[in-house]
Amino acid sequence: MDALLLARIQFAANISFHILFPTITIALGWVLLFLKLRFNATRDEAWMDAYRFWVKVFALSFALGVVSGITMSFQFGTNWPGFMEKVGNVAGPLLAYEILTAFFLEATFLGIMLFGFRRVPGWVHTGATVLVAFGTTMSAFWILVLNSWMHTPAGFELRDGIVHATDWWAIVFSPSMPYRLAHMLIASGLTVAFLMAGLSAWRWLRGDRAPGVRVALRTGVVMAAVLAPTQLVVGDLHGLNTLEHQPAKVAAMEGNWETRPGVPLVLFAIPDEERRENRFEIAIPYGASLVLTHSLDGVVPGLNEFEGKHPPVAPVFYAFRIMVGTGMLMIAMGLAAAWFLWRRGELPKLLLRGFVVMTFAGWVATLAGWYVTEIGRQPWLVTGVLTTADAVGPVGPTAVLSTLVMYLALYAALLVAYVATLYRLAAKGRVVEHLPGNVPLPAGA
Amino acid sequence: MTPFLPAETLALAFAALMALAILLYVILDGYDLGVGLLLHATPEERERDRMIASIGPFWDANETWLVLGVGLLLVAFPTAHGMVLTALYLPVALMLVGLTLRGVAFEFRAKAATPLDKARWDLAFAGGSAMAALTQGWMLGRYVLGFDDSGAAIAFAALSALGVAAAYAFIGACWLIWRTEGALQRRAVAWARRTLWVVAAGIVGVSLATPLASPRILARWFEMPNLLLLAPLPLATGALVLGLFALLRHMPLPGDALRRVPFWAAVALFCLSFAGLAWSFFPYIVPERLTLFQAASAPESLSLILVGAAIVMPVILAYTVLAWRIFGGKAADLRYD
Repeated sequence: MDALLLARIQFAANISFHILFPTITIALGWVLLFLKLRFNATRDEAWMDAYRFWVKVFALSFALGVVSGITMSFQFGTNWPGFMEKVGNVAGPLLAYEILTAFFLEATFLGIMLFGFRRVPGWVHTGATVLVAFGTTMSAFWILVLNSWMHTPAGFELRDGIVHATDWWAIVFSPSMPYRLAHMLIASGLTVAFLMAGLSAWRWLRGDRAPGVRVALRTGVVMAAVLAPTQLVVGDLHGLNTLEHQPAKVAAMEGNWETRPGVPLVLFAIPDEERRENRFEIAIPYGASLVLTHSLDGVVPGLNEFEGKHPPVAPVFYAFRIMVGTGMLMIAMGLAAAWFLWRRGELPKLLLRGFVVMTFAGWVATLAGWYVTEIGRQPWLVTGVLTTADAVGPVGPTAVLSTLVMYLALYAALLVAYVATLYRLAAKGRVVEHLPGNVPLPAGA
Repeated sequence: MTPFLPAETLALAFAALMALAILLYVILDGYDLGVGLLLHATPEERERDRMIASIGPFWDANETWLVLGVGLLLVAFPTAHGMVLTALYLPVALMLVGLTLRGVAFEFRAKAATPLDKARWDLAFAGGSAMAALTQGWMLGRYVLGFDDSGAAIAFAALSALGVAAAYAFIGACWLIWRTEGALQRRAVAWARRTLWVVAAGIVGVSLATPLASPRILARWFEMPNLLLLAPLPLATGALVLGLFALLRHMPLPGDALRRVPFWAAVALFCLSFAGLAWSFFPYIVPERLTLFQAASAPESLSLILVGAAIVMPVILAYTVLAWRIFGGKAADLRYD
């Protein structure tokens, strides 16, 4: 295998592993704040019980996000030196602002949030929780600003082949940024909603009636019911924006080989890039035209317009279907569960089991979504400015392969340990930490 | 943004910021990694818990200085960033694995199911700390000799790896003298005394090797009037080391007096060594190959970051001090509530 492909696999492996954890912490920070504020307002122990459980999940997820994020920050230099040499004048300040305004904030106040409960007044602890939640969201903001700029670059000029910034407002608010940011933040909310609902349903089915289980389940269900339909609308808007700025990506997502009016919505097919057609296609007539142009006979650009310059069709096509399919399931589950909670006050067993199955559905949808957008950008690293092949570094395939194997082994082990630890925490309910002077927590502590 | 400073001044400002971030990193994460290196020097599990508890609220913020240092190298000197990191590809990857193991072990060991499980995460913690410390030292050695591939240069890098690991273990021991009490504190004093010997040898070794390897550095230190002007640097370093040996022989003192002194003396020692290296290499950012003026990014982008840094850095330092005050004094058990 050549070094470019290996470097891409390595970066994809790192970023896929990394994104799992921010996807949890971005929204979970705000959920923790909500739980704490509910406790402050009601003095109902259930909220505190839920807070105590989920703050541990937060701490664990945060640690994994930090260490994998550091790995990513180094890989810009080790694997993609061409990226910073060519677009560093734009990417640099955005990354620097992320570190300065978000990274330090969350890292420092996390210590106070996790370990300062007894050392600082209640309002300082609540304030630290706010700052940690704010920090994780700011971090997501800057990263999505940079990522959006890479998809839809604006506000720059090329001098001697190097990108120079001309308009920072245009760079930060590049055409796809508002849609991408909203889509990602909601994705994080949905990931947390199903994680909370799933783990709580698991505990409930095992007969765990700790007061926090019920409120966490409720919180997860309400979040799912509100956010899943919202995500459908936001995702549609994001898709329309992509159609405007990256039509080749949308053509690959839809598996549409020819520019024409009245394009069907392909539900399933096997895209064949050699024969440039779909096999075993199942489609809704006029569907894609209706979704993308909001008119039955709207013209949708096809892959024929971008021959030799479009992304690999199959992975984008499949990943898009996995994302949308998971999203549809989330909508159905969220609405059904909300209805049962509203009318009956509890969930039927079947639905609880469904949530257990969908505990990590947010991860599946988020990863699939990122594959759609990132593979969909190929062969470009920065659309129209820099190709991925031009950014790769001089490191030979052997070095990249050996470190790739090392990273994969490490990530597999950590992922197993992470999921196992989540279930162990859930199985124990109220966890007794293996720390010295360990006493079970007094009620109301 | 329109540049408001000349390009050379901007390059200098960023070199200074980056130096500050890296210096803060080696001091702050240095003591974290040092505590990790020393973890299995005690047979007592309770003491290991206490050692890790002493750095629990700090390590995450401490490690962030590495991200800032490398981030500044990336944004301000992208060419140098590419050159240095591709030359150090494997040790960087190993360091990242080490930092990953160390970072996650904090959380996993606290949530371990069985004593065996916890012992394994303790090994991951110590092993990760050792990997990170050794690879950082190795990279320093490689960097100092300009990524020379001769056998002597590789041997020097290996010695540098040991030297940096010893320095981290030393400042980690000094941290524990400050932050712990009783038997653990007495152990920490013994660890500090032993590692100080290696640190002193390391400082002497690097100070001899760099001028011998590079006529430019030799001239920089030993020509008049530099020899006289720079004399306070090695003299202060020597005095500090001797003072530390004398103090550590008598610690812990009655009433826990001077408990902070070894740590801050270690910090001073780190600063002096760092200043020595900085003087040897300025204005090179990749030794003998690329100066920081040649490597700097476009002035418009640097100006924008500098404004942000000037506003945000004091805030970061302020809340870092706040966190140190909240978690001041002797380490207590870590609890999430």
